[in-house]
Amino acid sequence: MSGTPMVLADRVSKSFGSNKVLRSISLSVEPGEVLCLVGPSGSGKSTFLRCINHLERVDAGRLSVDGQLVGYRQKGEKLYELRPKEASFQRREIGMVFQRFNLFPHLTALENIIQAPMRVKGIPKAKAIKRAIELMERVGLGDKADHYPAHLSGGQQQRVAIARALAMDPKLMLFDEPTSALDPELVGEVLDVMKELASTGMTMIVVTHEMGFAREVADSLVFMDGGVVVESGNPREVLANPQHERTRAFLSKVL
Amino acid sequence: MTPAENEPLAADQEGEAIKAIPLRHPWRVLIAALLVLTLAVFVIDAGQREEFGWANVSKYIFDKRISQAALVTLQLTVYAMVIAIALGLLLAIMRLSPNPVVKSVAWLYIWIFRGTPVYVQLVFWGIVGLIYPVLTIGVPFMTPWISFQNDILTNLFVTAVIGLALNEAAYMSEIVRAGLLSVDEGQEEASRALAMSWGQTMRVVVVPQAMRIIIPPTGNEVISMLKTTSLVAAIPLSIDLYGVSRGISAVTFTPVPLLIVASLWYLLFTSILMVGQHFIEKRFARGSGRRKAEKSLQPRGPLPAAGDITNIRVNNKSEDKQ
Repeated sequence: MSGTPMVLADRVSKSFGSNKVLRSISLSVEPGEVLCLVGPSGSGKSTFLRCINHLERVDAGRLSVDGQLVGYRQKGEKLYELRPKEASFQRREIGMVFQRFNLFPHLTALENIIQAPMRVKGIPKAKAIKRAIELMERVGLGDKADHYPAHLSGGQQQRVAIARALAMDPKLMLFDEPTSALDPELVGEVLDVMKELASTGMTMIVVTHEMGFAREVADSLVFMDGGVVVESGNPREVLANPQHERTRAFLSKVL
Repeated sequence: MTPAENEPLAADQEGEAIKAIPLRHPWRVLIAALLVLTLAVFVIDAGQREEFGWANVSKYIFDKRISQAALVTLQLTVYAMVIAIALGLLLAIMRLSPNPVVKSVAWLYIWIFRGTPVYVQLVFWGIVGLIYPVLTIGVPFMTPWISFQNDILTNLFVTAVIGLALNEAAYMSEIVRAGLLSVDEGQEEASRALAMSWGQTMRVVVVPQAMRIIIPPTGNEVISMLKTTSLVAAIPLSIDLYGVSRGISAVTFTPVPLLIVASLWYLLFTSILMVGQHFIEKRFARGSGRRKAEKSLQPRGPLPAAGDITNIRVNNKSEDKQ
């Protein structure tokens, strides 16, 4: 009955030098699911997110996206590291949104969006522009196509960044604290775009401190601390009635 | 009668304008006057001195030999800089490579070429043709498959270009490296997350942003190179601007006017380069501009958004042309 999970992590570990950032993380995300990753800073949630599109390399365990091992190819018993080109190919279907937006400042909003579709997928420029304008309208910035990032507010920049990721038609979207760098009054406009995206059935993994968003939009919530999954489940239940002491301590500070 | 809050004050409601007696700066005036006076005295005196040979300056400034030599200087500068920038980019990328051998080779190159005087290097390149008179292709220390005369380094002009370029590449690589390192890591990451390859990331994302940092010092290097070309006498090549003016003065025994002639030509080129640099800097400041932000601040409020966009579009086009 159940098909391949969109993301499947099986005892994933990762260290930076002697610092163990992820310790045996296991979780799965079904297609269409919205998963919120919460936890104190330094708990490894961003690192885990970055492992999913191979911006970081996993040390132990298996991590796969849509049934495909991330960063490696298995042949018999042996694992082979992927060439950069092959790793890039895997990333084509994984969109990522960063805390600090990371828009290309020397390009206009529209130019930011059309680069990857044109250069990676070979989509003709006219078609890429048409699609980019559609996406700009979808995130509510139809009139800002020719603005440089520096002339947009933080919330607008982040919405452009979402449109840029969507332009590659990803089947999975990763959000790394998408509203943490925003002024409080700008958070809502970005969350609204993400809500709309979730309602269309996009699979999303969101690292966030916005518990309201988690309660309202997420299908599941994972609480991480010290590189391990402490608790997971239905976000409303976990937030209302945390089972673990560490979860309770964290939630009492952020709620 | 009291004005509502948040409402702009009318002119007659503002406080009284300040009409104070400005602070005097007697020393400033005095120093300025002294400088102007000194300069004037020097100019008037120089105009009357026989030794400057102003008649000869105006005679030789547009001399065919001089203008042709100026062209050679310009060619030396352009060719050497083009090669130096390409090689500098390569060396910069090598120094940032994860491969320790590649990294060390680039470091060694920079160490040698930056650590020895360019004059000494040029003398050396002038002699290399004698050390390696024959170039061969084949297995080392075995009978070569092909061998030919080393004509490259017997051509003095080519030797000069190579000598200048190899030296300059060491400096350019440091400039390029600083530029590449100045681009935020998040940029590369975002580009990779969009599945762009390393080459695309460099070309589309990193290098265009690094250019803003690279161009001003590169402009300096071009100007510096223009003047360094006068050292090709070490090779010895004497068809450049300084070489030819020296040649003429050796015959006419009028060194001073010809030094002035050469200097005027160098100044002319330097000035042109400064103007060019200004426009290139403007071109690569796109999207970063405090300047640009100021411009678009004004129409933002009162004008409709559509007008704002067309404004910026027009700006883009005019910048692209430059």
